[in-house]
Amino acid sequence: MRQGEISLAGILALFSLYLMWKSTELPIGYIRGQGPGGGFWPFWLSVGMLLSCLAIAWNWWRGKSPAALSDEPLMDAFGWRTVLFVGGGVVGFVAMISIVSMYGAVALFLIYYLRFLGRHSWLLTLAIAVVLPVALFFFFEGAMQISMPQGLPFTQPFFDVMYDIIY
Amino acid sequence: MEVLSFLASGVLTALEPINLGLILIGVTVGLFIGAMPGLGSVNGVAILLPITFLVPPASAIIFLAAIYYGAMYGGAISSVTLGIPGASTAVATTFDGRPLALQGRASLALVTAALASFVGGTVATVFFSLFAPLLATVALNFGPPEIFALMLLAFATFVGLGGDDIPKTIFSICFGLVLATVGFDTISGEPRLVLFDIQGFLRGIGFIVLAIGVYGIGEMLWTIEQTRGEITTTNPKMTVKGLASDAKEAVRRGWKGTWIGSLLGFFVGVLPAAGATPGSLMSYGVAKMVSKTPEEYGHGSPDGVAAPEAANNSASTGSMLPMLTLGIPGSPTTAILLGGMVIWGLTPGPRLFIDESEFVWGLIGSFYISNLAAVLINLAFIPLFVWMLRMPFTILAPLIFVLSIVGGFAASRSMHDLWLIVIFGLGAFFMRKFDYPLAPAVLAIVLGPIAEPTLRQSLLLSSGDPAIFFTRPIAGPITVIAIILILLPAIKLLRRKGRVATS
Repeated sequence: MRQGEISLAGILALFSLYLMWKSTELPIGYIRGQGPGGGFWPFWLSVGMLLSCLAIAWNWWRGKSPAALSDEPLMDAFGWRTVLFVGGGVVGFVAMISIVSMYGAVALFLIYYLRFLGRHSWLLTLAIAVVLPVALFFFFEGAMQISMPQGLPFTQPFFDVMYDIIY
Repeated sequence: MEVLSFLASGVLTALEPINLGLILIGVTVGLFIGAMPGLGSVNGVAILLPITFLVPPASAIIFLAAIYYGAMYGGAISSVTLGIPGASTAVATTFDGRPLALQGRASLALVTAALASFVGGTVATVFFSLFAPLLATVALNFGPPEIFALMLLAFATFVGLGGDDIPKTIFSICFGLVLATVGFDTISGEPRLVLFDIQGFLRGIGFIVLAIGVYGIGEMLWTIEQTRGEITTTNPKMTVKGLASDAKEAVRRGWKGTWIGSLLGFFVGVLPAAGATPGSLMSYGVAKMVSKTPEEYGHGSPDGVAAPEAANNSASTGSMLPMLTLGIPGSPTTAILLGGMVIWGLTPGPRLFIDESEFVWGLIGSFYISNLAAVLINLAFIPLFVWMLRMPFTILAPLIFVLSIVGGFAASRSMHDLWLIVIFGLGAFFMRKFDYPLAPAVLAIVLGPIAEPTLRQSLLLSSGDPAIFFTRPIAGPITVIAIILILLPAIKLLRRKGRVATS
């Protein structure tokens, strides 16, 4: 944890410097007749971020934050597995949207999570993985008239059938 | 007395069968739209605006106002049960609503939210009926310096009262404010902070993207990791008796927050460009400030649920005031309502109360009826929402992820934003591990688009002299209070050091 605290503060400080530099693309000072330039507000806020990171590092050096005093690892094997399988599952879910459509990705993610991470029965898994995307389709496309991504052309027959039902 | 007779005829208009039917449908639809992460009153009102052309203008606005009310109630539902604020107005409800749900007190949180919303809405409607024209003139005196001072106060309450690590809180606020500046500079119109030159950033970063990332993904990952995936803290038993005892407890432990939220929410809602979100966040801050047990806030205080919920309902009524009397919308939703009124052939402004008094009083009468309908429908649905928490966490968790991603897309319609949600979620998980408070960042990205233009306009007014925030009669005291609050942690530290030195 101790090493993680200072490493994170370092990364955030670098990001603050990047934001400061990026803000200077627009004027950061006062322009007569126009008021503060477009970069003024983000620049000084990024300075605030950088100063906060320095204060966090100062507290770390003095051992004033709980993480600075902790010798425990950031996460144990379970924690890393959680991030990998659950977080990875969410990344996979979003990646699949452009291929199998939003509803297809929802179904696949539910099968992955419910069956393989949650160890629920196939019956329950498939029931939820079919009912939820269909319900979401009727809610968004039918009631709210919001179109979700439809993925690659091979998903089109599914959408044709569903649109026939709602229109 | 004249007001009472107008009001009575307004209530009778609202009780006409067509209007009553529209109120019941509007409130129920609004409740479910508000409960959906990513969708709020603005989506409901915008989407259903076209169908209101089928009914007379008075019925149409009554229907839209009922959706607005329903959505305000509904926002609390996803904040409590899923831990994701359904809309920016319900961000502050998450702070104590979610901890209560995790302690098995979801029904208490939902009942508190419903009752507080009812009181907030009713108090605001009474104010609305009595002081409409007078308050409109007060609100008109709020210029950019006053509104910026209010924003400063909202941030100061987080720095001064948050028990968290101060540098990390300040980092979080600045980070949220910087994210709000991505896209285009609203004053010069030039592209700004297009991060890593990725074109998707030209559209800016919406509040909902950060909120869903932090609460829908980051917080969920953190909860699964911390509890080893075995969450057994929810108590799903729901009975009529339980509901009654929750209602009693909500009144006993949430009345203070309810009153603060009702009063403050209304006045902040009345201010043009402020609206329900700053109203709810400030009410939370003030309720915590005056509480005898501020340490309970953030850990499941019913007052912490009541204050923002009373405030957002109160403010949503308040924000209709400048819309009707001055033609200035106080929130995005009222901007759409205003558009609707123009389409229906009504001209909002001071003459509306005289030229279209039947319409105005019919609308005010409908506020009372909508409020009553909303609290009853909401209480009737609480068992359904609490039932959701009976699901094993291995079913609830993927449902929350799915609703987050689908809701995130519905709100922004952009794959770029979905990837940002995932990145913010993973980032929030690691920042949460190191005790970075993320609620201030969400608050900041919401208030940033109000704070920046008002600061720049104020400095332009004063030719760059920051004294403008101290010398004006309304802005001055607010700024001074904000600065004291920001310095409060340092003052406390010095006093503690002084005491140690003396002893």
